[in-house]
Amino acid sequence: MQKIGVFVCWCGSNIAGTVDVQAVSDALAKEPGVVYSTNYQYMCSEAGQNLIKDAIKEYGLTGVVICSCSPRMHEATFRKAVASVGLNPYMLEVANVREQCSWIHKDKAVATEKAIILGRAAIAKVQLNAPLQAGESPVVKRALVIGGGIAGIQTALDIAEAGFDVDIVEKTPTIGGKMAQIDKTFPTLDCASCIVTPKMVDCSQNEKIHIYSYSEVEDVKGFVGNFTVKIKKKARYVDENKCTGCGDCTTKCPMKNVPNEFNLGLDNRRAIYIPFAQAVPKVATIDPNYCNMLKNGKCGVCAKVCSAGAIDYKQQDQFIEEKYGAIVVATGYNPIKLDKFEEFGYALSKDVVTSLELERLMNAAGPTGGTLLRPSDGKHPHTIVFVQCVGSRDTSGCGKPYCSKICCMYTAKHAMLIREKYPDTDVYVFYIDVRTPGKNFDEFYRRAVEQYGVHYIKGMVGKVAPRADGKLMVQASDLLANEQLHIEADLVVLAAAIEPDKSARHLATMLTASMDTNDFFTEAHPKLRPVESPTAGIFLSGVCQGPKDIPETVSQASAAAAKVIGLLVKDKLTTNPCVAHSNELMCNGCSTCERVCPYGAITYIEKEFRMPDRTTQVRRVASVNPAVCQGCGACTVACPSGAMDLNGFSNSQIMAEVDAICQK
Amino acid sequence: MQGMMIARAKELLQDGTVNRVLGWQAGEFVYDITPAVFETAEELDGKFVYNAFCGNNLSKYLIKETKKDGKVLVFLKPCDTYSFNQLLTEHRFDREKVYAIGIPCDGKTSGEMVKSKGLSGITGIDEDGDTLTVHTIYEDKSFNRDELLEERCRSCKSKKHVAYDELIGEDGEVLDSNRFDMVAKLEAMTPDERFAFWRSQLSKCIRCNACRNVCPACSCEKCVFDNPESGIAQKAAADSFEENMFHIIRAFHVAGRCTDCGECSRVCPQNIPLHLLNRKFIKDIDELYGDYQAGAEVGSRAPLVNYTEGDVEPSIVYHREGK
Amino acid sequence: MPEVNAYKPKIVAFCCNWCSYAGADLAGTNRLNYPADVKIIRVPCSCRVNPMFILRAFQRGADGVILCGCHPGDCHYTTGNYYARRRMTLLFSMLDYLGIEKERTRVEWVSAAEGAKFAQTMNDFVSTVAALGENKRLEDLRCKE
Repeated sequence: MQKIGVFVCWCGSNIAGTVDVQAVSDALAKEPGVVYSTNYQYMCSEAGQNLIKDAIKEYGLTGVVICSCSPRMHEATFRKAVASVGLNPYMLEVANVREQCSWIHKDKAVATEKAIILGRAAIAKVQLNAPLQAGESPVVKRALVIGGGIAGIQTALDIAEAGFDVDIVEKTPTIGGKMAQIDKTFPTLDCASCIVTPKMVDCSQNEKIHIYSYSEVEDVKGFVGNFTVKIKKKARYVDENKCTGCGDCTTKCPMKNVPNEFNLGLDNRRAIYIPFAQAVPKVATIDPNYCNMLKNGKCGVCAKVCSAGAIDYKQQDQFIEEKYGAIVVATGYNPIKLDKFEEFGYALSKDVVTSLELERLMNAAGPTGGTLLRPSDGKHPHTIVFVQCVGSRDTSGCGKPYCSKICCMYTAKHAMLIREKYPDTDVYVFYIDVRTPGKNFDEFYRRAVEQYGVHYIKGMVGKVAPRADGKLMVQASDLLANEQLHIEADLVVLAAAIEPDKSARHLATMLTASMDTNDFFTEAHPKLRPVESPTAGIFLSGVCQGPKDIPETVSQASAAAAKVIGLLVKDKLTTNPCVAHSNELMCNGCSTCERVCPYGAITYIEKEFRMPDRTTQVRRVASVNPAVCQGCGACTVACPSGAMDLNGFSNSQIMAEVDAICQK
Repeated sequence: MQGMMIARAKELLQDGTVNRVLGWQAGEFVYDITPAVFETAEELDGKFVYNAFCGNNLSKYLIKETKKDGKVLVFLKPCDTYSFNQLLTEHRFDREKVYAIGIPCDGKTSGEMVKSKGLSGITGIDEDGDTLTVHTIYEDKSFNRDELLEERCRSCKSKKHVAYDELIGEDGEVLDSNRFDMVAKLEAMTPDERFAFWRSQLSKCIRCNACRNVCPACSCEKCVFDNPESGIAQKAAADSFEENMFHIIRAFHVAGRCTDCGECSRVCPQNIPLHLLNRKFIKDIDELYGDYQAGAEVGSRAPLVNYTEGDVEPSIVYHREGK
Repeated sequence: MPEVNAYKPKIVAFCCNWCSYAGADLAGTNRLNYPADVKIIRVPCSCRVNPMFILRAFQRGADGVILCGCHPGDCHYTTGNYYARRRMTLLFSMLDYLGIEKERTRVEWVSAAEGAKFAQTMNDFVSTVAALGENKRLEDLRCKE
């Protein structure tokens, strides 16, 4: 039996005005287990706190009930007070007799009766309270950034700037991501390469940053402050330390017809390649799907021309295991595949291109050297039709239900750049809505319409049909003029919706981070914790969390970095002791609890049990990681056997409160 | 069928694939079938039966059987395979330690069903297509199978096996069953009528725990009703509240996991239609969250550990058609 | 005209710590009245509420039980109220199926900013339950005097 002290606060007249505090402390003194009961004007004051502390010492109290304002107000204050005299802070409960009693009731008898019942419920709960210890877990002072696009680069640079080690894992041979492929950026029209490549170089030169390029995350274990990550460094068949990036091999390799993914297949590269001139690391990579030497052992040209002796056809995938305190997801996006959109003829004509392909066609380092030419015949296009929302805001099931957010602005950019460079071209943009929120964004779009004479037409394109003479017949409706349009176009540009990178879902499973139905990572709170995942220690940067343009991505990247730094500066994390725990003897190992846990705090272990007949039995049982559990209690109800319970809000505690409230 | 099963079981015992067989044997009366484990060919020849009385779902017994050494052979009727998968989904036994043979089922009867036709001194039952012939010490009497089927078999949901290592006989199809008719009928009643109906049923409960003990979904290491710590432990239906409480909580604990095998109602000595509680949950789940059949596939996410952002609000209960 | 010995329903309200409990506090701060028949039990999240608790309350003499949580989509633990929503929908439907007055159970989503909604909800719930009278269909006579 606990020895419980009850302390009824007057809160000046806030409580005492409508609740007979003396009657309450007298009534509660008669409750089982209560050895001391008093009331005082201001329990939260120093004098009030001393009253509590003295009573704990004098009566050897093992539990304390405060009848006062909301626990959301002063629970922490009182917990600190009782802890200062050696009572476990979790042996205290607050009965809310102000916000939930004295302030809402006018009749003193009614309010007093209710205050007594609320006090009883708190006493009943304290009877069953157990001392809880907040745990501590150490923090590994190293961060992992998954994805080496602008989001990952910015996050890594910011974390490194604060003095922490950061590793970037990038699955392609170079960091830089989509931004490195883009020609110009809106709304300033500065060259994307000119701003992203210096950052790439910063990354490679920063001694705090290590880049694992051509690598993937293979496995993630652990929890906030203490993740263990297995990284697969895929064999690139070139020794990174020896390769000087001279590029001799990439010009001598006889395999010339490998689609160049950096230029989205608009031109070809060799089987050994460096994605682009400013690649970081600037190291060649052999594509095992095309290299003759790797496929059938015949060739070896690159090894012969390499003066550094960097080619290693025998190289194997390498696995690296590293510990991290925090993980940032920056896995980015891709334009969706357009196979389902037959009406736009993407598969039928080379002159129907996506906007990202257009970026390459306009880029000075692209396949056409920056001159806008039709991919089919290399001629200048004179009539260009842009189609917006291809697969965005699409609830038909072919595309994505969300707005891809960046298309309105980049289409305006494309239209403007084309009109500026080739004033003889006619540019049409078909849109559903033009969405331009953002600093200087609407002004930018208006310039496209007003100064550059781009024809913006509200309406959707119904069909793009390639004609034998190479023209593209575009059928569309102009909703405002209410008429059908037929345009003979030379080039059609589709603003394809963007979607999270396909690797993200698998990664989310490894990280136990949640995702929405569109495979975007979910944030811990949509407004207040937008750069954190609900899983502690996992942070979100860039489009993996939702469509974003570059400035937004960079802000989020820096915000994620700030959160990571805030975590890494701590030596130890204090864990909330009000967490779930499983009674192994009752656990069925059925995985039901694991499925409702939003934090991935529950794992299963095979454990040996001694049975009453002295045999042993190995059973699968749930195990809660208290450092990860946030104490919501979803698992406790999901558990059919009642093996799972929650510290501080146990089944028996809550039922004791129910009983106390319902008793006559 | 019984002969083919015994022959195959012997082969598998012989070649060492399994070291025992989980099947059925008759108790004191031929219609009192109990699950049994057979370890030798002789035992199989002597005791193994499979006939129209073998309604017992054997999957639950695998939890205990797979704890032993070696592999066990189990015979599964179509509806048993759903429980089998559900137990696998919940990691309740090791699939590697089971060799499962799917066997066809045309619906089962029971001693009580047969006795209700005025027969006594029952000594056996034969199946021939849709004809069931009951042998008694007085006479042989044939029935159309439909006349003798248990309720759960008359509204059979599936003749398809969703799990097996091999099949004896042909596999069937998932059926379009009328199993929710009675639930719908109850839903259409007034609350007073429903209350009266369930009072009249649940007040018969003697808390023998047969429904729980036979239920493949009720396979907890320790049942909350046996655990004084749980706060709801109780041993007897001492009060109308406890009669309700036991069955509500039991139905809730198996909601989304119940495959509707109907064992609860089959074993209830008081003939309480307990499956109507489980079917209510299944019907609600199908209507509110989309069709879901527990055990149809291993690893599926049960409706109560799942959600969509647009799920209906609990207030739908106030607004539903009916009374 | 205040009635002597007027029937007072017993109402148990489970409130999640982050939204509804705070909403109840706000109702207090704004001095918004609702009947003293309502007693609140604080739980971390609506998903902590086990159907056992609700039945227990009825057993011990509650006439109505209400569960309040964050609005769907706003759960502090991101998904807790989604699970609570399914559980309670099915539980309430089952109680109704057993002929127990469905108006005795309710779920309301009340945010930390909705003090007025909290008070309004409680007023409404109390009068609904009071109109039903004492809980007879799910009572445990041993728990009554």
